Amino acid sequence: MKGNHKLTWFGLGILFTLIIAGLLVSCSRGPKVIERGDVAEAAIATYVAPGDTDEYYLFYSGGHSGNVYVAGVPSMRHIATIPVFAPYPATGYGFDKDTKAMLGSYTWGDVHHPALSETQGDYDGRWLFVNDNANNRLARIDLRDFKVKQILGPIPNISGYHGGSFVTPNTEYVLAASRFSVPLPKGTFEPIENYATKYNGIVAGVPINPQTGEMSVGWQIMMPPFDFDLGDAGKGVSDGWAFWTCYNAERATGKLEVTSTQKDRDYVVAVNWKAAEQAVKDGKVTQISGVNVIDPKAAPGVVYLIPAAKSPHGVDVSPDGKYIVASGKLQSITTVFDMEKVLAAIQNKAFSGEEDGIPVLNYDQVKEAEVNVGLGPLHTQFDDQGYAYTSLFVESAVAKWKMGSWEVADKIPISYNIGHLSTAEGDTMHPSGKYLVALNKLSHGRHMNVGPSQPESSQLIGISGEKMKLLYDAFTEPEPHYAQMIRADKLKPIEVYPKEELKDPNAVWDVKDTAVTREGNNVLVKMIAVRSSFEPNKIEVNQGDRVTIYLTNIEQTTDELHGFGLGEYNLNVVVDPGEMKVIEFVADKPGVFPYYCTNFCSALHQEMQGYLLVKPQ
Amino acid sequence: MTSFLERETTFFEQPLTLKSRILILIAVLVLIPSFMFPLWNMSFYSNQYTDGLVLRIYSYQLEGGKTPNRDDLREINSLNHYIGMRPLLESDFSEFTWVPLVIGLLMILALRAMVLGKMSNLVDVFVLFTYFGLFSLWSFYHRLYMYGHNLDPTASIKVQPFTPPVFGSKQIANFTVNSFPGPASYALFAFAALLLVSILLSARFSKGKGDERAA
Repeated sequence: MKGNHKLTWFGLGILFTLIIAGLLVSCSRGPKVIERGDVAEAAIATYVAPGDTDEYYLFYSGGHSGNVYVAGVPSMRHIATIPVFAPYPATGYGFDKDTKAMLGSYTWGDVHHPALSETQGDYDGRWLFVNDNANNRLARIDLRDFKVKQILGPIPNISGYHGGSFVTPNTEYVLAASRFSVPLPKGTFEPIENYATKYNGIVAGVPINPQTGEMSVGWQIMMPPFDFDLGDAGKGVSDGWAFWTCYNAERATGKLEVTSTQKDRDYVVAVNWKAAEQAVKDGKVTQISGVNVIDPKAAPGVVYLIPAAKSPHGVDVSPDGKYIVASGKLQSITTVFDMEKVLAAIQNKAFSGEEDGIPVLNYDQVKEAEVNVGLGPLHTQFDDQGYAYTSLFVESAVAKWKMGSWEVADKIPISYNIGHLSTAEGDTMHPSGKYLVALNKLSHGRHMNVGPSQPESSQLIGISGEKMKLLYDAFTEPEPHYAQMIRADKLKPIEVYPKEELKDPNAVWDVKDTAVTREGNNVLVKMIAVRSSFEPNKIEVNQGDRVTIYLTNIEQTTDELHGFGLGEYNLNVVVDPGEMKVIEFVADKPGVFPYYCTNFCSALHQEMQGYLLVKPQ
Repeated sequence: MTSFLERETTFFEQPLTLKSRILILIAVLVLIPSFMFPLWNMSFYSNQYTDGLVLRIYSYQLEGGKTPNRDDLREINSLNHYIGMRPLLESDFSEFTWVPLVIGLLMILALRAMVLGKMSNLVDVFVLFTYFGLFSLWSFYHRLYMYGHNLDPTASIKVQPFTPPVFGSKQIANFTVNSFPGPASYALFAFAALLLVSILLSARFSKGKGDERAA
């Protein structure tokens, strides 16, 4: 018996030791610890003291929220929301006559890529353009007052406006392209089996009026049924050219995840937009749904295709315009094309094939380098030291590489899965360097637990030194795709609409000019809002009347906003100092309905109210 | 007594020296800026208005600080209505009509004294000007008193009637109110000082019998 006990204990001892050893070994093979950089240095680099302001504006696209978000760099604080495609009661957007008309029947949009207007290849601080991937629209935000002034569209013939917005160096055009190919004109039926031959994609230029910023529908180019993805405009050496990446050169349908990733190369589309303009002038167009559409076969010299690494997603032009950088998201290289070589290949007709009559340039003749950046390269941005930064989705990292030597100098892990990235003034001819913001898709574990529906992650990375330094984790509303970073002193928005500017005859500035007048079934109200009252504070109408309120905020002091909320009539409008808004509704419900100031304005904000009295029929 | 009156009359009859007359001219020139700069500046500081709301009182107008982000006069009136103070309206102040007129008249009288060259002319101007100055200061105080005391009884926020400061700094509710003379007041003061010096330069007091002045 004694021997058995000893054996048992011995056996247990060995088992125990093996278990402990196993645990220790597996622990040491855990994930690599992500370097945080010096904490104190990062804290100082991102701290903006009370009373001070940030160095850069960061305009985020808001994705399917339909908004644009404004943050400051380096604090990464969210400062304001600019509503674009969705109603936003906080600022009354979508509730007054003008913004209701702009939104039309849609209550959402999918904002992917914001583009700041440029003059001579640098940001000029006039406008911000944003695309609507869902409903094929393009919006223009006036940076004088950070408000949307125009929504163009839905733009005919484009399905899934993903390939925008990107501006040419003097904002001649905002680029547009379709992510989805459909039979054209829209409304045409074609079985999906005919996709390869009867479906078409579109790349286009939306012309911008240089004085007013007014957008209009311009020329479009009929393309093979590829998925046109992202774009960038040429500048400097490549001025006059527009580029887009596209995937699904296979012209596949079905489970695209598989069917559209079979070939090794897709394309970068290069459009000579001056030649496109000429083609329109020469009448080499067909009218499709009222738009001038160019058929590349009928107008040679307008479009060319450059083979690019598998399923490219992201084409970016270097600051001097010499290099076109395209990243194949399903490979590990980023390809650099030399614009001078592209022009030479076109000149010498160095073509390796064609797609529906569009010449395909010989890859080896136009390629300058293939940079081994890492897994899943997407987008590239630039700094002021000749470096390029490419986001790596699959690897969840950013690679820093040198233009000219084409070597990777540094890599930094990202938490997690970076999409786009934005460097300070990074898509202009004179980037600032200094800061890089990584716009990431997954934020789990980096913030307090807020349940299953998680915010988005942006990380601020310092790029002044040789090695990149992670400075800050910020979290945003869903869902930024791309962003634009511009030096704060380049924008000088107003905070008060000057009295002299309000020319509308329905705007009144004095209590004695306010009135309620009747014209048949129409009741017109001229109302003022000031600290702390509405005048008139009583509106009497008959049930069924069409009521129009011209509401003027007569303040001339910054930040003195007033709101107008009419409960039970689903109305909330906010007026800025010196602004007038028009509120229209039908008084179809009888009774007495209070209206009140919704935007906190003064010590007697609670007392700022009135009554709408609707006499029953 | 008679001797005193004789000496006194003689004093006022005496001519003004060239130096005196030149000083009068300078004094008149010094008065010209009084039309171009504020007579008095008031500023109002609080936690919300760290840069201060500003009121500038000229001889001919009332002006508030004006930037694209704020119209100070509108703002001051907006804040004051809560305590029932009457809004400051330029049209309510007749001063802006008669003060420039009076300053102009005094300039003319000074030039008259310079031309006629008699001590009495000069003393006239000086006395009238001093009266005008003191009256203006009193009038300013009176205005401040009236605005701060005739508060609307139906005002939302009840405050004890108060007088904003004529000169200096005073705390009124959450505001620090500063009130100081502006460049135009200094010009007026300089005018008076120059006239006084002018008088003293020419003044010869008779010692009793006969006069020994040089012309």
